[in-house]
Amino acid sequence: MLASRGSARLWASLGTWYASFSAGAPAQISSLVVVEHRNGALTGSTLSAIAAAARLGGPVSALVGGEGVGGVADSAARVEGVDKVLVADSPLLRHQQPEPYAELLASLAAAAAFTHVLAPGGTFGKNLLPRAAALAGAQPAADVVEIVDADTFVRPIYAGNALATVRFTAPGPRFLTARPTSFKPAAAARAGAPAAVEAAPAGALAAMAAAPAAAEWVAESGRDGGARPELGAAKVIIAGGRALKSKENFALLERLADLLGGAVAASRAAVDAGYVPNDLQVGQTGKVVAPELYVALGISGAIQHVAGIKDSKCIVAVNTDAEAPIFQLADYGLVQDLFTALPELEQEIAKLKKQG
Amino acid sequence: MKRALVAIKRVVDYNARVRVKADKSGVDLTNVKMSMNPFCEIALEEALRLREAKQVEEVVAVSVGPQQVQETLRTALAMGADRAIHVSTPAASDPATLQPLAVARALAAVARREEPGIVLLGKQAIDDDCNQTGQMLAGLLRWPQATFASSLAVDAAAGTATVEREVDGGSETLRLKLPGVVTADLRLNTPRYATLPNIMKAKKKPIESLSTEELGVDTTPALQTLQVVEPQKRKGGVMVGSVKELVERLHGEAGVI
Repeated sequence: MLASRGSARLWASLGTWYASFSAGAPAQISSLVVVEHRNGALTGSTLSAIAAAARLGGPVSALVGGEGVGGVADSAARVEGVDKVLVADSPLLRHQQPEPYAELLASLAAAAAFTHVLAPGGTFGKNLLPRAAALAGAQPAADVVEIVDADTFVRPIYAGNALATVRFTAPGPRFLTARPTSFKPAAAARAGAPAAVEAAPAGALAAMAAAPAAAEWVAESGRDGGARPELGAAKVIIAGGRALKSKENFALLERLADLLGGAVAASRAAVDAGYVPNDLQVGQTGKVVAPELYVALGISGAIQHVAGIKDSKCIVAVNTDAEAPIFQLADYGLVQDLFTALPELEQEIAKLKKQG
Repeated sequence: MKRALVAIKRVVDYNARVRVKADKSGVDLTNVKMSMNPFCEIALEEALRLREAKQVEEVVAVSVGPQQVQETLRTALAMGADRAIHVSTPAASDPATLQPLAVARALAAVARREEPGIVLLGKQAIDDDCNQTGQMLAGLLRWPQATFASSLAVDAAAGTATVEREVDGGSETLRLKLPGVVTADLRLNTPRYATLPNIMKAKKKPIESLSTEELGVDTTPALQTLQVVEPQKRKGGVMVGSVKELVERLHGEAGVI
């Protein structure tokens, strides 16, 4: 449902939108969401993309691509808001490579007359969706944070320092990636019966065979997931910057994160210094997070870092430099050396937990 | 392998504070410092290293945009690119009107002419934050792609490139059959600075001019920008005097622990 907007305005804009479609095109919203999955489970960002698609109105189909993905398809069928699950089970999609996957997606969008094609805005969606859009001759909208109407979307530009409202003017399906932190994830376990699961149309599957040779998958590392919550889903994030001085000191953050059931993140400086792996980087070119609580320890608050945290509910900054730009953003600031603040924080929070 | 093609974009300098225009029509770019997009610098550096490792013979920089992008192409030549191609567009002064689909189409036309073994781009431009052009170019050319590269090893004799990619949760390694498209992430390398002698030499290097019309590329924006506004400002915070006070406030006032 497109709440919070005048319905008259909505119908007016939809009218022009239908008119912009080529003759004989369906005057009915119907969206397709590309399902991202890892180790046989849907990612949280997929649930956000499904929620965004549901906001458009009209039926929502979920596309599950991969090899041996029956279990993933069943999970997708139980997600709130999914009306149909399309399965593309093929050895060509073993590692969900974009070369065959994009052909499948573009062909499916055209043949099944989807008005909207969405992917979650992580590295998987960003890698695949633009390629599929190009094959369909469409310009996608990246990192959508708000849906105004079926044609009009809001997205951040200039590291989140400006919000652009953009409107699709060309005919054909609208390709979008949805920023996961901007749409409350759809419930993974719905109340009613699961949606129907069917194989993707043969024509779309055949399109994959004509795809150019995919890049050959060689190896991966670090993708088995740890004990801590994913940055995108964590309610609490403890983040460290260059001031932590070493890999070993980052372990101190982990202790605090564990105490609060949170995750650990890092600024680019800490990643570049080799203290933590790349995928913990938060910012314009890393991950965008929006936890309940974000604690920035020894992070100055460069434009690029701020881009990734400004939607957090509560931001805390601890830094020895009272002039650090992070203090302009923080709800609570403390000028203190993080190495003395950390043990005190642990102590005080442990005390609080004891009191229950 | 004969040639590496590198796509370059001129953008607002990454340290510049941008302001939204009062009439909400866009971002005010008058008198704002412009530079080469940081990710494009990294892509170019990688191409230069390929040439130094004798995996390619020539590095060609290409930029699509108004007349001013020639300044940025000069910077690319000063860093070490052999020659440059400027694809001019009809008076597109605002980055919002020249979109990745049009740029990818122009780059595809240039790639068909130049027949590079590899095309390198940055993973995203820091003005529109799209992260699309490389993927779209690969799609249009029907070439394999490796995005968000943190390491690249080209074997020109075998006609392959092995790329480590930065992905959510860790990293992934792919092997591409060339020609292919690679987009650079921050950790691929540290770009070199142009030295004064090289800046002088760059003045003599050729910049070929083409236009999107000549290449038969339609640059009409498919996404119309209705308005650009500032994001909601966060309300000012408070400075606390101790960890104890901080924890008390987080528990009592903010209710987040």
